[in-house]
Amino acid sequence: MDFNFTEEQTMLRDMLSRYLADTYNFDARQKVVHGGKGWNPAVWQAFAEELGILGASFSEAHGGLGGGAIENMVLMEEMGRAIVLEPYLSTVVIGGGALKHVGGAIADAVIPSIIAGTTRIAFAAYEPQGRFYLNDLTTTLKGGQLNGHKAVVEGAAHATHLLVTARTAGGQRDAGGVALLLIPADAKGITRRDYLTVHGTSASEVYFENVAVGAEHVLREEALPLIEAVVDEATAALCAEACGVLKVLHATTLDYAKQRKQFGKAIGDFQVIQHRLVDMFMEVEQAVSMTMMATLKLDTAERSAAVSMAKAKVGKAAKFVGQNAVQIHGGIGITQELAVGHYFKRATLIENQFGSVDFHLSRYEGIALAA
Amino acid sequence: MDLNFSAEDVAFREEVRAFIRDHYPAYLNEKIDEGEEMAKEDFLAWHKVLHEKGWISPAWPVEYGGTGWTATQRYIWSEETARADCVRLMPFGLSMVGPVIYTFGTPEQKAKFLPRIRSGEDWWCQGYSEPGSGSDLASLRTRAERFTGDDGKEYYRVNGQKTWTTMAQHADWGFFLVRTDPAAKMQEGISFLLIDMKTPGITVRPIITLGGEHEVNEVWLEDVIVPVENRVFHENKGWTCAKFLLAHERTGIAGVAASKRNVERIKQVARNTADGGDALLANPFFKRKVAELEVDLAALEYTELRTLAGESSGKGPGPESSLLKIKGTEIQQRLTELALEAAGTYGAPYFRSMGEGDNSFAVGPDSARRTAPVYFNMRKTSIYGGSNEIQRNIIAKMVLGL
Repeated sequence: MDFNFTEEQTMLRDMLSRYLADTYNFDARQKVVHGGKGWNPAVWQAFAEELGILGASFSEAHGGLGGGAIENMVLMEEMGRAIVLEPYLSTVVIGGGALKHVGGAIADAVIPSIIAGTTRIAFAAYEPQGRFYLNDLTTTLKGGQLNGHKAVVEGAAHATHLLVTARTAGGQRDAGGVALLLIPADAKGITRRDYLTVHGTSASEVYFENVAVGAEHVLREEALPLIEAVVDEATAALCAEACGVLKVLHATTLDYAKQRKQFGKAIGDFQVIQHRLVDMFMEVEQAVSMTMMATLKLDTAERSAAVSMAKAKVGKAAKFVGQNAVQIHGGIGITQELAVGHYFKRATLIENQFGSVDFHLSRYEGIALAA
Repeated sequence: MDLNFSAEDVAFREEVRAFIRDHYPAYLNEKIDEGEEMAKEDFLAWHKVLHEKGWISPAWPVEYGGTGWTATQRYIWSEETARADCVRLMPFGLSMVGPVIYTFGTPEQKAKFLPRIRSGEDWWCQGYSEPGSGSDLASLRTRAERFTGDDGKEYYRVNGQKTWTTMAQHADWGFFLVRTDPAAKMQEGISFLLIDMKTPGITVRPIITLGGEHEVNEVWLEDVIVPVENRVFHENKGWTCAKFLLAHERTGIAGVAASKRNVERIKQVARNTADGGDALLANPFFKRKVAELEVDLAALEYTELRTLAGESSGKGPGPESSLLKIKGTEIQQRLTELALEAAGTYGAPYFRSMGEGDNSFAVGPDSARRTAPVYFNMRKTSIYGGSNEIQRNIIAKMVLGL
């Protein structure tokens, strides 16, 4: 057992951390949000070229640095610290992750362009009726034609490709008959309704109407186990992002409690505030521990149980730390003026992304607590 | 970063497992299950087996009798002893005063006391709390006045009262916090004394706790004469030892391996307990509580592993150990709540009223038998070792800088 990062992993963290500290401060981020596009292409280009981090989790054969899930964890935590808007999770962790599992010619063709920053992938899997269930699909692929409606697809408006789940056979919630497709985002028959999410990224309702899908677009015919593995990997990475968000929320709130004076002294002198900050600290530390645990178990038989445990713990931590950060800040915490509220918004969305606390506890029970 | 055990670690686990299988005194668990009183030699039976093997004090520095195990090996050791339901070793010598003596003691103190802690020859108790000094430990008033004896040697005359002194009824020695300078401000005037419990003037009186156990005692000290050579570290600097000891005490206090074992036990009970025509573990509300507990226990386990990794890279147990104490004891208590809930109506019969060790009067399932006394007993965990509120004060001050 070893809980230390390698020198390369630490360098990777430091490099991204320095870049974000220099160029991605709160004002710069808010300018991008107000621009309404939900991302900054120049930042993505810097990730690809100046920093070269988009290849961190890909093999050297594909032009990457030979890392994997731990590199994703390291990078995602730093992105959480700066509440980065750009689509690392959907493009590298999900899109790239699916391609790594599939392998073969399509992986050889697409992964280098992900690393170069020219391919950006949006994950079109969840549906309006399906809530958090990846198998609950009304989108169909029949006779080479794709039809359906995907809900809240983050980054679809600026993606080059969509990673789509579609039913080829069976009933609406069957495990069998679910295919995974990678199609051009501008294919004929795709329409979108674009909007911003509450924390400032772009997302879309995506509609498919008789979109022509050839065999070359099908990553896998029976794909549900693959999709679940990829979403587990994405959930672990999301937990890492949450750790970054929560560390900043805690640090910012601690700092505020030391500065803010009421009744003639810093509010951090009051024991009720001290104990709240300690409880927040303990939640953050446990979220970090669970994120490591889940990340390190991604390639084991315990993967799904570990990820659901971690997401349940991190989801609770996100609510507790986020709400109390705002509470301790008082009125200023509910305005747009301070960064704390924006971190709170990101933490809140993470709670339900890839499944709520209840969803993951139920999933864990289904795996581990049979009566 | 990875979670895999090396080939050496796997071999070590096998060695530990085989040793426990061949040498653990299994009669102890039968006694506990029957609710029989444990005699002093019962508590020491496993201790002596481990001492013979050389495994009694794994965490100590090798020069004082430690095993030199890695953090991973110590983790494996605690997992395997919990898995086999081995009785807990008394911590007062091994985990508390032992580390204080090898860290702060004189060569004479080390030579005299450490081997006897390891062999089990001396049973230790802890004289910290007083009736007026619980969480506010530094307000303690037990007084030690220095004087020169007729033999020309230096002594302390100790007067005062200690309480919650666990297992003092068996103790040969006690480590005591006493006030040597009443004029100094609170933490400054305290010294750390080792006192022979057979010294005239010491009276031990039992306190019976909610489950009917005699674990804790009041200890009265009336003109107890203690040689100055039995003071550890400098006069009036005992608080340094006290804080060091508490941080050491808190690391083992998380009890991860034992709690993992107890979760498995509760799941087994809940599978075999009927609840409205189905198993209790199929009850969605009970099942959810088990799931949440397992999540929190995994979070504690990996937080402890991260802490241990930090310690093996050179940092001693720091204020972060307060987190392990808080979360570990919360989980231990939740486990006893679930066990009592699973017992249902059979949580009520008081086994001590049925005749000690007399199985013919046993009622209800064995698993229910001691759930209520254990539930009551384990309320102590969030109070002892510095209450969980005090632990939050420690984190606030030492980690958060508040």
